[in-house]
Amino acid sequence: MTTAVPFWRAAPLSLLILAAFLIAWEIAVMPRAGQGPAVDPEYAALLGQAAAQGGTTPMPGPIAIGRRLAELLADPFYVRGTNDQGIGVQIAWSLLRVGAGFSLAALVAIPLGFLIGMSPLLNAALNPFIQVLRPVSPLAWMPLALYSIKDSAVSSIFVIFICSVWPMLLNTAFGVATVRREWLNVARTLEAGTWKTATRVILPAAAPTIVTGMRISIGIAWLVIVAAEMLVGGTGIGYWVWNQWNNLSIADIVIAILMIGLVGLALDRLLGLAAAAVAWRE
Amino acid sequence: MSSHYVSVEGIARRYGATTIFEDVWFGIRRGEFVCLVGHSGCGKTTILNILAGLEAPDEGAVIVDGAEIGGPSLDRAVVFQGHALMPWLTAAGNVAFALSCRHRDWPRARCEAEAREALERVGLGHAADRRPAELSGGMKQRVGIARALALNPKMLLMDEPFSALDALTRGALQDEVARLVAETAQTAFMITHDVDEAILLADRILLMSNGPGARIAEVVVNTLPKPRTRATLHHMAGYHALRDHVLDFLITRSRAFDAARPPPGWAARAVPELRPACPTSPPAAAA
Repeated sequence: MTTAVPFWRAAPLSLLILAAFLIAWEIAVMPRAGQGPAVDPEYAALLGQAAAQGGTTPMPGPIAIGRRLAELLADPFYVRGTNDQGIGVQIAWSLLRVGAGFSLAALVAIPLGFLIGMSPLLNAALNPFIQVLRPVSPLAWMPLALYSIKDSAVSSIFVIFICSVWPMLLNTAFGVATVRREWLNVARTLEAGTWKTATRVILPAAAPTIVTGMRISIGIAWLVIVAAEMLVGGTGIGYWVWNQWNNLSIADIVIAILMIGLVGLALDRLLGLAAAAVAWRE
Repeated sequence: MSSHYVSVEGIARRYGATTIFEDVWFGIRRGEFVCLVGHSGCGKTTILNILAGLEAPDEGAVIVDGAEIGGPSLDRAVVFQGHALMPWLTAAGNVAFALSCRHRDWPRARCEAEAREALERVGLGHAADRRPAELSGGMKQRVGIARALALNPKMLLMDEPFSALDALTRGALQDEVARLVAETAQTAFMITHDVDEAILLADRILLMSNGPGARIAEVVVNTLPKPRTRATLHHMAGYHALRDHVLDFLITRSRAFDAARPPPGWAARAVPELRPACPTSPPAAAA
């Protein structure tokens, strides 16, 4: 076990590492004289800038990316047609899909997990299905979803649903099945009844495990949405990344990676707060 | 046995070919405090769970108030060995939850208020808003006792309630339970390892032989006058005779007891009652 390091001691080191990384990056991408294939100046004049750089797009440095980020964040929510929308709008679309798919999954997985956890018979009966379906990549469901739902937007929500349902289902079932015997005995001697036992004893006892499942699910959902939107297209941060790749806007791709990371962190922290709210210790 | 509030009739527990205990018969009168003493593995906790309705016996039955036990009941409150408080509720919350089960028509505020009163009675008024993690072992067990007593049960079942506590805390709680039970003339059944605890609290002490195949080997009537406190208990006439009798049983006779060749006068349905603390009074007269 490592001892906890106070924030004020780790933060300067983090900033130092970041600064070193950014400086090294900036130096590495600096244009150097005499590098790259020699290009005939006349040919370059004919074909424009890309040819002047030897037919490759240069990797932007942190300063260029920073400038682009400021540009994007200055007006994140503009909509100028289907293929030109602000980065804030794209992230909002992705969050909306993740929110819808995740909420649906929670609505199904938590009650079902409760039943599975409370009934060993149901657990044994459903376990083979869960074990087979759980390891399937959520994107493998995409063609089937597109075929049967016939709507790309709903299909991506379905893919989020299917990938976030398993951790919540399994964690809820495990949390419910492993509620301390003595608490159940207390409820029995109090003649608490099934409903009261489920809501007042089992639910609070299993809540930390359930929220852990939700936390795993939201992480997976945020991973999967980028890939799903790349496939389905239209809107969302995943589609935006792919679009910028087609535009060869490397700076935008780096920014998208940063944004995806930050939003993922925020989602995890949100569930972390929920976990702290339901945690108990003995 | 009709005068008994609880009547245990020939219960047994078997796991496959192994018999933990069998042919166990005893009764508990209203207002009586009965302690069950025996070594680990003789099935004491199982007997208590059967009385609580948490487990069913493999043979025999338990009659309470004229009806066979079919399951747990609010009339038989249990103080669990490991306190069994719910860690997400405060001390008052734990008692209030029990009260809300007992009195389904009570509003939340009333359960909460009565819970605080119940905690006050065990001297924990100041800790009502603390969670179990913030309470000492003795305080947790007090909450467990308050939760059981708040139900105003017809009978109190206690499974080694003080075994996990240090000696000082245990002593204080024993005196307190003696006082609370005496105040309400509570019918009580308690499992214990502690001979002094049994002598302090019990009206009758059931001594179980060692398992497997354990039986109630002897019933010791505690003739020491009430109220008893730990401070004066060991000065009472007859205390040492009583204590020696029970200790001797635990050390030698519990092992030597054989139901196939029982001591003279022993029968599973009518285990002889002994009065080691007052050897002069004839058993027939006191019975």
